[in-house]
Amino acid sequence: MFDIDVHSLAVCLSHVVLGVSTSVCHSLLWSNLNQGPSVIITQDSGELGALSSPSCTSGKWRLRGPPLLFRAMEKMSRVTTALGSSAISGRTMFCHLDAPANAISVCRDATQVVVAGRNIFKIYGLEEEQFVEKLNLRVGRKPSLNFSCADVMWHQMEENLLATAATNGAVVTWNLGKPSRNKQDQLFTEHKRTVNKVCFHPTEVYMLLSGSQDGYMKCFDLRKKESVSTFSGQSESVRDVQFSMKDYFTFAASFENGNVQLWDIRRPDRYERMFTAHTGPVFCCDWHPDDRGWLATGGRDKMVKVWDMTTNRAKEIYCVQTIASVARVKWRPERKWHLATCSMMVDHNIYVWDVRRPFIPFATFEEHKDVTTGIVWRHQHDPYFLLSGSKDSTLYQHMFKDASRPVDRANPEGLCFGLFGDLAFAAKESLISGDANRKPYPGGDRRYPIFFFKKPDLTEQFAHVSSALSVFESSLESRRMDWFVKTARLYLLSGKPFAELCDHNAKVAKELNRPQVSTTWTMLRIMFSDPANLSTPGPNHIGKLGTLPLMNSFSMKEMGTESRLDRSKGESRQDNIHLEPGNSLINSNNDENEETEGSEGQAEYMFGDAELDDDDLYSMEHDNQAAEEQEYTLPQEAFPLRHEIMDNPSAPEHLQQDKADSPHASGNEAEVTCLTPIESFSLISISQPLFSPHLPVHFFCPVVREMLSHYAEQGDVQMAVSVLIVLGDRIRKEIDDLTQEHWYMSYIDLLQRFELWNVSNEVIKLSTCSAITCLNQTSTTLHVNCSNCKRPMSNRGWICDRCHQCASVCAVCHHVVKGLFVWCQGCSHGGHLEHVMNWLKSSSHCPAGCGHLWEPAFRESFAKLGERSIAVEDQHQDLGGTMEEHSLSPQKGQPPTPSNHSHQQAFQLSNQNCCVVY
Amino acid sequence: MKHATAATETIENNSFTVTDLFKICTHCERLSKKDLGVRIPRSLGNGPSRFIPEKEILQVSKVDPRTQSIFEDAFAALGRLDNISLVMGFHPQYLESFLRTQHYLLQMDGPLSLHYRHYIGIMAAARHQCSYLVNLHVNDFLQVGGDSKWLNGLDGAPQKLQALGELNKILAHRPWLLTKAHIEHLLKAEEHSWSLAELIHAVVLLTNYHSLASFTFGCGITPEIHSNGGHTFRPPSLSQYCVCDIANGNGHGHLEERRGNHQVSEVSGEVEVLMERMKQLQECRDEEEASQEEMATRFEREKTESMLVATAEDEECVPSRDVSRHFEDPSYGYKDFSRRGEHVPTFRVQDYSWEDHGYSLVNRLYPDVGQLLDEKFQMAYNLTYNTMAMHKDVDTSMLRRAIWNYIHCMFGIRYDDYDYGEINQLLDRSFKVYIKTMVCSPEKTTKRMYESFWRQFQHSEKVHVNLLLMEARMQAELLYALRAITRYMT
Repeated sequence: MFDIDVHSLAVCLSHVVLGVSTSVCHSLLWSNLNQGPSVIITQDSGELGALSSPSCTSGKWRLRGPPLLFRAMEKMSRVTTALGSSAISGRTMFCHLDAPANAISVCRDATQVVVAGRNIFKIYGLEEEQFVEKLNLRVGRKPSLNFSCADVMWHQMEENLLATAATNGAVVTWNLGKPSRNKQDQLFTEHKRTVNKVCFHPTEVYMLLSGSQDGYMKCFDLRKKESVSTFSGQSESVRDVQFSMKDYFTFAASFENGNVQLWDIRRPDRYERMFTAHTGPVFCCDWHPDDRGWLATGGRDKMVKVWDMTTNRAKEIYCVQTIASVARVKWRPERKWHLATCSMMVDHNIYVWDVRRPFIPFATFEEHKDVTTGIVWRHQHDPYFLLSGSKDSTLYQHMFKDASRPVDRANPEGLCFGLFGDLAFAAKESLISGDANRKPYPGGDRRYPIFFFKKPDLTEQFAHVSSALSVFESSLESRRMDWFVKTARLYLLSGKPFAELCDHNAKVAKELNRPQVSTTWTMLRIMFSDPANLSTPGPNHIGKLGTLPLMNSFSMKEMGTESRLDRSKGESRQDNIHLEPGNSLINSNNDENEETEGSEGQAEYMFGDAELDDDDLYSMEHDNQAAEEQEYTLPQEAFPLRHEIMDNPSAPEHLQQDKADSPHASGNEAEVTCLTPIESFSLISISQPLFSPHLPVHFFCPVVREMLSHYAEQGDVQMAVSVLIVLGDRIRKEIDDLTQEHWYMSYIDLLQRFELWNVSNEVIKLSTCSAITCLNQTSTTLHVNCSNCKRPMSNRGWICDRCHQCASVCAVCHHVVKGLFVWCQGCSHGGHLEHVMNWLKSSSHCPAGCGHLWEPAFRESFAKLGERSIAVEDQHQDLGGTMEEHSLSPQKGQPPTPSNHSHQQAFQLSNQNCCVVY
Repeated sequence: MKHATAATETIENNSFTVTDLFKICTHCERLSKKDLGVRIPRSLGNGPSRFIPEKEILQVSKVDPRTQSIFEDAFAALGRLDNISLVMGFHPQYLESFLRTQHYLLQMDGPLSLHYRHYIGIMAAARHQCSYLVNLHVNDFLQVGGDSKWLNGLDGAPQKLQALGELNKILAHRPWLLTKAHIEHLLKAEEHSWSLAELIHAVVLLTNYHSLASFTFGCGITPEIHSNGGHTFRPPSLSQYCVCDIANGNGHGHLEERRGNHQVSEVSGEVEVLMERMKQLQECRDEEEASQEEMATRFEREKTESMLVATAEDEECVPSRDVSRHFEDPSYGYKDFSRRGEHVPTFRVQDYSWEDHGYSLVNRLYPDVGQLLDEKFQMAYNLTYNTMAMHKDVDTSMLRRAIWNYIHCMFGIRYDDYDYGEINQLLDRSFKVYIKTMVCSPEKTTKRMYESFWRQFQHSEKVHVNLLLMEARMQAELLYALRAITRYMT
């Protein structure tokens, strides 16, 4: 589910409330990562909390994968859009530009801002209440492409100096001190492609750096006519270049292929350091204004990462996941952990993040109507003013106090049901504090260091919400999900005749104390069995009918005998399979009987609600008064639906009776029917002379369909799917494909949560929905490395192309393994599944003679495997299923490791120490 | 033959005198018809391509292991190995990326149901009267349970798909006319409306099949023998061919040979000239810098000129009924950019590029496809073997960029940082004719066009060019469509 290092799990006893942390709890999720149930909590602080019942330690871990936090983010953004923000105060101001802006920059004293775009290049003065246009630099009758700016930068030392990067590859400098209207100073046309970024040196007046689409960075000395040095990234286009704030000679460059390079300005021949920061282009980077080694990067992969560059290898220390590709990133002045981002597509907001709490933005500015293209903090030492330009042709000054704070609107409550019926509930501490049983969480509220330097300002802190988590363990037997697991394991869905399956499943249900389900199975068998087989259930029913009209009940024992009988008739029913067509013909002949039956009235069975009755029997009443008005005896809790399901249940018995004289029946069939005990005929005919003798199978379909829907709606999708599979073609057409797919999906999902991989795979295989069966055909490729040379194996699994050795040799028989290969993750030795299993019976050491004592967990899992006696199938498409229930042993060395080949289908074998070589 | 080629050589600046050629051809055809009987049973399955001699194309049995395994995978995924894949087999790296994308678009998770996908493919291919692709997907369509009534024409299809017809038409022929309003029309909340994700999927499919149709015609892909109507159905474009075209060098060996000799003697310097020009451009770029106005006019000039490049002949070729029923308004064809005075602002790639904008949008609405397309575009754009005909170790990036940008130029897409004068230097007229025809009205591509450009280059190199054309066209269409969608969204 997640990539989590589980070290320890936090405590929670039944009905004890714990304070979890000081940050907002976003969502809860139950997980059964390990033996016991545990709760996972996502917090916006970037941590996952976990609680589990059995152990008594506490812990937190960082969440690496995005799924949860992403959900939280989206929720958040929904909230934001829903509430909107119209609070533009006096000093949050904007002005309309004539054209979309591409970039903005402020001068050093924060009084003026320059806006550049394809069709705009202007300087605005920042006044108290408004923007005032100061200067239009776009002069001339026919503006050339040199005016079409991709980027602009105002020199931070020299207030008259500006530089722009033009889309046609020119780098232009502008001197505002020039007396003429045209302020253009220098023009460098050395780049062959669009220049994406220009950057002045923070302290050196004449040094300008540019990065271009052609993959080169050039350093210009403004006193000279051409560049002084050229840096070749040796890779793709340069998207951003930034001089380090603190190191005089260093600059960082980000590239379209995801790399970030560090250069020394004195050494144009080679970069100092390179690392891959993102997948896909890195659009922007920014050095931390105070912290020497920190570099923030933003990429198309929607992430903002903060790197610590002081160490030998660039280390990712923070990561913020946003909802759209990150176009610009700017550290917030005077706030160590804050940075502002805007995105390139789709999302128009500007976010300010506290990198330590990456799941929810610290503040959001939502004024722009189109993509924000440029953001800049107005003053180097003032964190309260943010300027932004946008494609919607507006220039904004945002006041920090007017920003919306998503955290205030985030819902701090979370509620989640566990797999086994437990309930976790997290809420603001204040809401729960009244709880008597509460024990304070030892962690307390001390997690937040003071991260502002000057004055403690409450608006500058993340909302301080303490959440408390309560876990309610379910003690009620009825709420537990054991029955689900057991049922799933024990049900038979295929491989035997229909009636036997039904009987078996009925028995299973019965033993699990679910009489209603059990009855349903029995009824299904009765309804849908081939007429010929009705001979076997016969006696049972005769018993029932014979004692009518008394309330009757039959016990499991009877059913047991019945199923045995059934089996003994196995051969004869085989013979009848080919009679199906004839059968249906008969059925169609019987249509008129249906009609008569409706008016005449016949047997009615009533069933109590199984869940409520403690008895293991079901009550049944046979309304024998034919031709009279029907009389329904409803138990108190009965559902009408269920009642209908059981309508006319004994009808199929009479099919056989008719069969003998059916013109379509073959001789074979007739013979079989003769086996039917004669009493059954007579009894039935005596007791119900008007009972419709034969009902077509499809007569029951509407009823069964309703029953299935009912079960599914009640939450027992297991029943719905099992019946669907067992009945197969009998019912399939009655239920529309989408519903079926939905049921299958839900059931498979449930099975997988309970780690019942085998069952889920069986269900997938048996399903007839194409959408489901294809689940087994995805992710069927597993890339392996050779165990000798550790290189990826290209073609066939067992011979390495490079070292020409057999890669996977069985340590027991020394033959090449084709098929299931099992290995110990401790010593990397392994072999044929059966061989290893046999070996483990006698020894616990590695058969290769390396002296390694095979992992206990590994052995255990094999013990389990042995019990289950899995039919190992050689089709690798069934891999997902057969690889189940291996141990949770920590991943150490594994000889054929799934390689990180680029097109590797993510083959999620979370706990595998088993692999198939094919 | 000889006469005809000479004729074109001598007449300069005049439009391509195809009519001359066709006189001979029809004559020739008539003759052969008389000889052989009324109707020649055309066995179109003479190798995967009409243009490329069969022996040139890799035989499945003789390819290197990598290509072999790609072919195997393709076969496993589709249950067939179509001629397109065989021809693309010249460039296994690309083929791999292409097949992966196609597999994902047609078979994997996506917003549209399977039969919709194939039907959209049919619609798109039918726009260019590409019977090959239409037949291929008609089969697939029926196989995944599509309603055969839909195949009677767009009228038989659900209204939802009918609404897509307009988009299909515009995208195929004049994508620059696509506006926010079109998108709005499709997405407005109604019974038959599209969702954004579905629309993206549809747009990707449409553009993919438009450009694939270009490739199919550009390489003269022949129908598979077993495919529906493979040898009985005459593709409309075939009407322009003479038998000798179809015979594909196998039957008319002597003729082929003679022509070959003739060409070599005549154009032996072609490659060298081209290389020399590339070198010059590389060197003199720094010296002589064109003014901004000059650059702008160069783009405009190239744009206008691209219109004047005649595409085969203007005679309206009436699409065969079989294919035409899949689209309405067969008269709507490629009309040159701004020819009829409609002023359409130039599309600046710097304002809306695939890498920055298109990718994000596609990946957001149809996860993973952005990545796949991105890989495919990059693969096509960057693919090189550093060879030109018989020369090795040549940096062809300039040539590839010229081709790519020329195609985008035809769609009105401008790169601020490109000097369109380079195109004139590098791409000669016959090549431009080929490009133009293949991109704008691929159904008119002829073998003669295929042969008349870059005569000394290998077939694999010509296929390479075709790949470039195809991907550039797809990206151009996608850019217009995605920009319209982005505008709708904001």
